[in-house]
Amino acid sequence: MTSKIKRGVSLYSFQEEMFLGQMTVDDCVAFAASIGAQGIEILPEQNMPTFPNISDHDIAAWHDMMARHGTELTCYDMFLDTKARKDRLMTDDEQVASIRRDLLLCNKLGIRNMRVLVFVRPDILERCVPYAEELDVHMGVEVHAPWHMDHAWILRTVEVADRLGTRHLGLLPDMGIFMKHYPPVFCDRFIRQGARPEVVQFILDQHEQKIMAEYVIYEVAVKMRGNKAEVAMVETLRHHPYANPRRIRDYIPYFRHIQAKFYEMDADCTDPTHAYEEVINELVAGGWDGYLSSEYEGNRWVQDVQPVDSREQVRRQHIMFDRLIAKAEARDAA
Amino acid sequence: MFDKYILVDGSLRNAADGFSFDVMLGYYRGLGLSMIEDLVVSVDGQAVPRDAIWFDEGKGPITLSDMEQAYDRRWPFGSKATIIVKHPQPLAAGDHQLSLKEVLRISYLPFPLVAEDSKTLTLAPTVAA
Repeated sequence: MTSKIKRGVSLYSFQEEMFLGQMTVDDCVAFAASIGAQGIEILPEQNMPTFPNISDHDIAAWHDMMARHGTELTCYDMFLDTKARKDRLMTDDEQVASIRRDLLLCNKLGIRNMRVLVFVRPDILERCVPYAEELDVHMGVEVHAPWHMDHAWILRTVEVADRLGTRHLGLLPDMGIFMKHYPPVFCDRFIRQGARPEVVQFILDQHEQKIMAEYVIYEVAVKMRGNKAEVAMVETLRHHPYANPRRIRDYIPYFRHIQAKFYEMDADCTDPTHAYEEVINELVAGGWDGYLSSEYEGNRWVQDVQPVDSREQVRRQHIMFDRLIAKAEARDAA
Repeated sequence: MFDKYILVDGSLRNAADGFSFDVMLGYYRGLGLSMIEDLVVSVDGQAVPRDAIWFDEGKGPITLSDMEQAYDRRWPFGSKATIIVKHPQPLAAGDHQLSLKEVLRISYLPFPLVAEDSKTLTLAPTVAA
């Protein structure tokens, strides 16, 4: 069976080069097209300098850019500034109005998926469902580590979607929840910051054994009297539990887009950290047909010692996607 | 995530009644000015009082306390802004140790995000007219 999984890129992946003025948005889209990644995920608050004042002329320029490169806009990463004011939180009405503004922009841009930040309350989203349905935009709550598909907070959104019987509210998994092995780029950075190699190795060993983070934190921070870098390293365990990839298949009805988080791709185009093979097997077997959208987040771990090459990192991930999708298809056919 | 790029090399200059330098927002998206909780500046090891600091992302200098209500102004991603420090005397030509801490109120985080940089910036000697 040929799967319908598609390859795309989030512009988040090129944040280093865009921040430094080394790549424009157009350069990023051209690069994505050059590696066959036809879906473009955007962060309007990053990629649109005049946000939230987006003119029809701006909208037309985005459509024109997609046509020029043979790409399409896949997902809009929204933000919600509940703390815009120092003296009080946004009211519920203000939150709904902000989300509605984003849904309208999605619609104008021809985008049918909106990444909703995980902290947005399910009851607020419930109030937005009529707008999402009218504008035909799927609101996907980002399932980001340390949350996971079966987390009680995430299940609240699933419950609302089920109760309303809507196809316009659901989830949007971030592959960071499937961090099976500790990222080598994290280790290297903490060593450069002063972590002792034997302590780093201890943390790695504990992580491989999937010891609960709090146990390892106590060992390193208290019993081993860990230094600042060691404590910072061990505390990352709290934010990166490893969720069971097999669970993603059960949630296929709830998501239409995936943020394919990664920190580093090896030269042989493998990800040393995330369980992509297991996840892609489930997606293919489940007949999922959305975009795997690259989200490279390794820049901040290597920029202190080397120039960041986001293009090469993304290119390698897409070679991996092709390989793993083909492998899963063959497995599924057998 | 972008801390080392916050202070812009070569941007230190004397102004009418103080000095100024250019800075970047250490965050992966733009932010409304009201969410910049604080900009903590020190020069040559001396802390600068908060009320001596003005900020300008391109729409004109604003004090940090007025910035708290600047709901219609944004500092876009990847763009320079200027920090103006009112200072009793001009800085001498040569090297100065600058540090800046940006305290950002990010709605989805339970704590403020702090981005900081410290660099030696060089003030070029003034050429007599």
